[in-house]
Amino acid sequence: MPIIVRDDGFHAPDAAPFLDLPSDTDPATLDPGTAAHIRVAFPSSADGRGFTLARILRLKGFTGTLRAAGHVLADQYAMARRAGFDEVEIDDALAARQPEPQWLARADWRAHDYQSRLRG
Amino acid sequence: MYSYTDFDAAFVAERNRQFRAQVARRIDGSLTEDEFKPFRLMNGVYLQLHAYMLRVAIPYGTLRAEQMEMLAHLAETWDKGYGHFTTRQNIQYNWPTLGDIPEMLDALASVEMHAIQTSGNTIRNVTADHFAGAAADEIADPRPVAELIRQWSTDHPEFQALPRKFKVAVTGAQADRAVIRAHDIGLRLHEQNGDLGAEVIVGGGLGRTPMIGKTIADHVSLDDLPAYLEAVVSVWNLLGRRDNKYKARIKITVHEHGIDEIRARVEDRFALIRPTFTGAHMDLYEEIRAQFAPPGFRNAPTDAFDTAYAADPVFRAWADTNLSAHKAPGYAIAQISLKAHGATPGDASAEQMRVMARIARAYGHDELRISHEQNVVLPHVHKSDLPEIHAILKAHGLATANIGLISDIIACPGMDYCALATARSIPIAQQIATRFDELKLEHDVGDLKIKISGCINACGHHHVGHIGILGLDRAGVENYQVTLGGDHTETLALGDRTGPGFSAEEIVPAIERIVTAYLNHRENAEESFLQAYRRLGMEPFKQALYGDAAKRSQAA
Repeated sequence: MPIIVRDDGFHAPDAAPFLDLPSDTDPATLDPGTAAHIRVAFPSSADGRGFTLARILRLKGFTGTLRAAGHVLADQYAMARRAGFDEVEIDDALAARQPEPQWLARADWRAHDYQSRLRG
Repeated sequence: MYSYTDFDAAFVAERNRQFRAQVARRIDGSLTEDEFKPFRLMNGVYLQLHAYMLRVAIPYGTLRAEQMEMLAHLAETWDKGYGHFTTRQNIQYNWPTLGDIPEMLDALASVEMHAIQTSGNTIRNVTADHFAGAAADEIADPRPVAELIRQWSTDHPEFQALPRKFKVAVTGAQADRAVIRAHDIGLRLHEQNGDLGAEVIVGGGLGRTPMIGKTIADHVSLDDLPAYLEAVVSVWNLLGRRDNKYKARIKITVHEHGIDEIRARVEDRFALIRPTFTGAHMDLYEEIRAQFAPPGFRNAPTDAFDTAYAADPVFRAWADTNLSAHKAPGYAIAQISLKAHGATPGDASAEQMRVMARIARAYGHDELRISHEQNVVLPHVHKSDLPEIHAILKAHGLATANIGLISDIIACPGMDYCALATARSIPIAQQIATRFDELKLEHDVGDLKIKISGCINACGHHHVGHIGILGLDRAGVENYQVTLGGDHTETLALGDRTGPGFSAEEIVPAIERIVTAYLNHRENAEESFLQAYRRLGMEPFKQALYGDAAKRSQAA
């Protein structure tokens, strides 16, 4: 069963319907009105396209839930949150190898953020 | 010079704490080697042929004396007593253990240095003109812009898992000393109707597919620059190829899509991003700029320089090759060559680093620079101090008078250290330098840049050397290809291949034949190698290299 990671730790998934976007989604097709909940795929932790897709969705005015799903590492949690994701979805195996404390250690994603300094 | 704010210091401390934990989690198995790799890379840690290698950033090549002393301390404490300055204004330590690296990073942080984003698929250390703030031909100081870019790119949440590495270089002078057209983004600062901004050049790079960068925007105001850079990297992050790492750099994206399509996409993205910068970035820029105010130059006679110049031929030779024009009267820019004949290009011992730091503190307004040509620069020295500086340098093997000459060779670490290399570079550089020193020809030959890479990734910039040497592996045997006519300056050009390559034993005599052909064919001593090549073309050099064999094979 997948696990949902938020700033306060691990959660069981809820039943809300998500629109799935692959990491190679054409940014021209991103429509903030298309769904209330969007899930962006991370096929690999080295594939950073999802961070830019999330950012563009937010810049275009998307206000719904944004979820990063797949091979996202605890070390990337702060990046995901800063890019505009609300939460991360990982599988059991990854959660076992990277337990909750490792994610909570990066939950202070607002701290030490050059971007917020540059943008005021 | 820039000093860390409390924010910068806290950021680096936290980052070091995280990396220490990542190292621990790698050891306890929470992170697989594949998962750990991007984190060690974005903190400057490589796995090389013999050991881990730590690459420390020297942002835009600028150092204070205490920082150079810390580099010496690292070399002595955790390495074998030396460090290697690179073509990207970094320093590399080749022999640390993984367990020691968190300690090294904490030591660096104590003097406001780090190794963040010196490797990995991130925006790398920003480089700049090594004569910044000193050069007589400067229009705008690139360092404040480079520092702003350092802060913007550091830990940028969108850009930590890019298709490939991304390199930015900045210049603000008429001459290009930062090879900006061979970077993913090159910025040339200039003023347009009183507005400071940058020409933005995109898609340059060397490597296996060398490309000269193209201008994507003639003038982007400083106010718009962070948003514009973000738009470029954002477009490439989605568009850049992830199926083949050799086609992932932005130069290929620009080549495949065309500069006009890239420009249109960037302008669309820029429109989306620009409103998120509401002015704080310009306040920050002004704070940064204030820290780069020129030092208090003194007004003093230069008689001591003139006397030594007239009386001492060794000092005169050094002054003629190693000094450049400074914008302040009575001052000079002095280069300290790390290319003593027969030494490893770019290497400095801990003792030499300490000597250079001491000179900078006593005579150089506490400033040092690292050039992409792997030398050290004293950017602000009063001419009257130069005889004393020269005497100290001479006593420590640092007074080689060869800047810009044939023995001032850029060479990558090659097969002596690098896991990617296909041939040795350092011994070839050493042999060429030693040979031309024996011949006592190099001052007569004049301006001639040899650049050597030990594989097609081109870290030694061979494509833009007047003479470029590329070491390859041909069925287990080192083979060196030669290119002629490359140019690393504002008239950037890629060299042309002469023909078949040469073995390790043949390459030094081959270079000698090229140089002899130049000396025989040049119109006069004023005509440089590059000028002669441009006038004469390849033919006389081909003849010198291959002789009648070339004709025979053409006939056959």
